[in-house]
Amino acid sequence: MTAALSPSRAPGATSRATARADDAPGDAAAELRAATKRYGAVTALRDVTLSLAPGAVTSLLGPNGAGKTTAVRLLLGLTSPSAGSVSVFGGDPRSTATRERIGAMLQVSKVPESLRVREHIALFRTYYPDPLPYADVIAAAGLEGLDRRLFGTLSGGEKQRVLFALALCGNPDLLVLDEPTVGLDVESRRRLWAGIRHLRDEGRAVLLTTHYLDEADALADSIIVIARGEIVAQGTPAEIKSRVARRRVRCVTSLAPDAIHALRALAEGDVIRREGNVTEILTLRAEGVVRALLLGDPSLTGLEVASAGLEEAFLALTADTDRVVSSAEVAT
Amino acid sequence: MSTTVQAPSARADAMRATAARRRGARLPRILAAEIRSEFLKIARMPAYTIPVVAFPALFYGVFGLVFRSGRAGPAAAPMSAYLIATYGTFGVVGAALFGLGVGVATERGQGWLTVKRASPMPAIAYFVAKVAMSMMFGALIAVVLSLMGVVLGHVSMPAERWIALVLTLVLGAAPFCALGCAIGYLVGPNSAPAITNLLYLPMALASGLWIPIEFLPGAIRAIAPALPPYHLSRLALSAIGADTSSAAGHVAALAGFTVLFVAIAVAAYRRDEGKTYG
Repeated sequence: MTAALSPSRAPGATSRATARADDAPGDAAAELRAATKRYGAVTALRDVTLSLAPGAVTSLLGPNGAGKTTAVRLLLGLTSPSAGSVSVFGGDPRSTATRERIGAMLQVSKVPESLRVREHIALFRTYYPDPLPYADVIAAAGLEGLDRRLFGTLSGGEKQRVLFALALCGNPDLLVLDEPTVGLDVESRRRLWAGIRHLRDEGRAVLLTTHYLDEADALADSIIVIARGEIVAQGTPAEIKSRVARRRVRCVTSLAPDAIHALRALAEGDVIRREGNVTEILTLRAEGVVRALLLGDPSLTGLEVASAGLEEAFLALTADTDRVVSSAEVAT
Repeated sequence: MSTTVQAPSARADAMRATAARRRGARLPRILAAEIRSEFLKIARMPAYTIPVVAFPALFYGVFGLVFRSGRAGPAAAPMSAYLIATYGTFGVVGAALFGLGVGVATERGQGWLTVKRASPMPAIAYFVAKVAMSMMFGALIAVVLSLMGVVLGHVSMPAERWIALVLTLVLGAAPFCALGCAIGYLVGPNSAPAITNLLYLPMALASGLWIPIEFLPGAIRAIAPALPPYHLSRLALSAIGADTSSAAGHVAALAGFTVLFVAIAVAAYRRDEGKTYG
C-alpha cells in the first residue's frame, strides 16, 4: 500500500515506508474516539469521534472557539482527554516514536526572531530520525531565497511559511495544520494550498483546521463541521456546502414566523429568527422566499438579502432555539 | 511488500528497539544543535547582551578602575581585583536569571514552547541548552572582566587563580539557572523581565556585588548570608585570594539553594504542564 505511493515521494521515503510496516494496511493514521475535553467547568470538546486517513486531507471546520484547537492538542498529545481516547498510528501521541511521524503547524504568537530561517529548519531537522532533505523542505514551503533571513525580518506570510516548513522537517506521515492560512494574503494562501495538496498526494494524512469554508472546500477530501465542541455535520465538501449554502433574508414584516412557514417557500433546515421587529430567514431558496414574502406582506420594508456568513451557516446546522423548518413543512 | 515472514508484533518490537537505540545515538547531536541555536539566538538579542554583558563591564570599568588604589576584604585586596570577583558574580547571576527566567517565560507564554513540545525534541534538550547558553555567557563575562582587570587595572595574579575564578563563576551559576527556571514557569512573559529585575538588582546590592560588603551598613551585612549571590561572591573572592574565610560553608549554602530552587522549578514546571498540557 505504502509502496505504491513511494515513487512520487521525496528521497528518504524508502525508510519511511519501512517504518510504517507495522501499521496494518487501511488503518487510520490517527483517531479520536468519543473524546471529551473539559477545562474546569468548560467543555471544550464533547464526545468527538474522528478518523484521519492516509493520503487524505480532513478539514475540521468551525467558528472560533468551536473546539478545533482542542482537537488538535489532543491529537498531538499536548493535552489528555477527560473521557474517550486518542490514538495516533496505533500508539500514544505523547511517545517520541509517534511524534517522530507527526508534523505540526500550530498557532503561535511569537517565534524566536533572532534565528535565521535556515537555522530554525536545521534545528528541527535534528529532532527526527529521517528528516526531509533540507532543500526539499525549502522547496515545499516556498522559502527559496529567504533561508538566510532572520525570522524577525520576514513578512506575516513568510513567517507562516517557515512554520509550515518546520512541520515538514520530519518528513511526517501525519501533518496537523491548525489554521495555517490565518493572516495570509491570497497569493500566499494559494501557494500553501498547493503545497498541502502535494503532501496529501504523497500519501500523508493531513488534518487542517480552518474557519473558512472556501479553504475546506478547496483542500479537503472530507469536512467535519464542529461547533460548540461537538460535531454537527460531516461529509464531502459538496455535501457540506449544500448544507451551509444558505443566504440571509432580513426584513421588517408583519408576518409571524408561523405565517412565513405557511407560505411554503422554505427549504428543509432553513431557519427563521425574529429579533425585535426584524425577521431574519436563513434559506437555501432566497429568491422564492423574497417573492413569497412580498406577496404575503405588501407593507414589508427594509428588505436585505446577503450571503450568510459561515457562522450563520453553522447556526443553521446547529440551531436549537430557533424555528427550524422540518421536512414536513417543505413545499413539494 | 516485505517478503520475510515474521510475526508483526515481533517485527514491531524489533523496530521499536532499533528506533530507541538510534534515538539515544542522536541525543548528543540534538543537544549540540539546541545549544548552538540557543547561543546564536541570544547573542543576537541586544535586550539580553547589553544588560547582561555590557553592564557588569561598564560598572567594573567605572568603580573597579576609578577606585583601583582602594583596598577591600579580609585580605585587603586591591579594589581592581576584588571587584572582578563581585561584578563577575553580578554578571553570571544576571546571565542565568535573564537567560532562563525571561527566556522560558517568553517562549512558554507565546506558544513557542508548545511547538517544541509537539515535536519529538527531548524535553531535557530545551533546559540543557538554556543552562549551557547562560554558562557560556557567564564565562564570557568572567573573561571580559579579567581582561579589563589585567589590561586596564594592572591586576596581576598567577594563572591558576584566573582559572579558578572563571571556573567558580561559571559553575556557581547553577543555583541561579534553577532560580531562573522557576521564575520562567511561575510568571508570565510580560512581567518576567520586571520581576527578574526586582529580584536581581536588590539581591545584587545587598549581597555586596556592587559595593564591597565590608563598606555596607550592618543591617545589610546581616541579611547578606541569606542571599545566594553573597555566597558565590565569597567563593569568587576566595579563588583570587581576596577572602580568607572557609569555602566549605559557602559551597554548602549554594548547594542548599540549588536544591531549593530546583524543587521550586520542578513544582512550577509540573503545575504548568498540568495547566497547559493536562
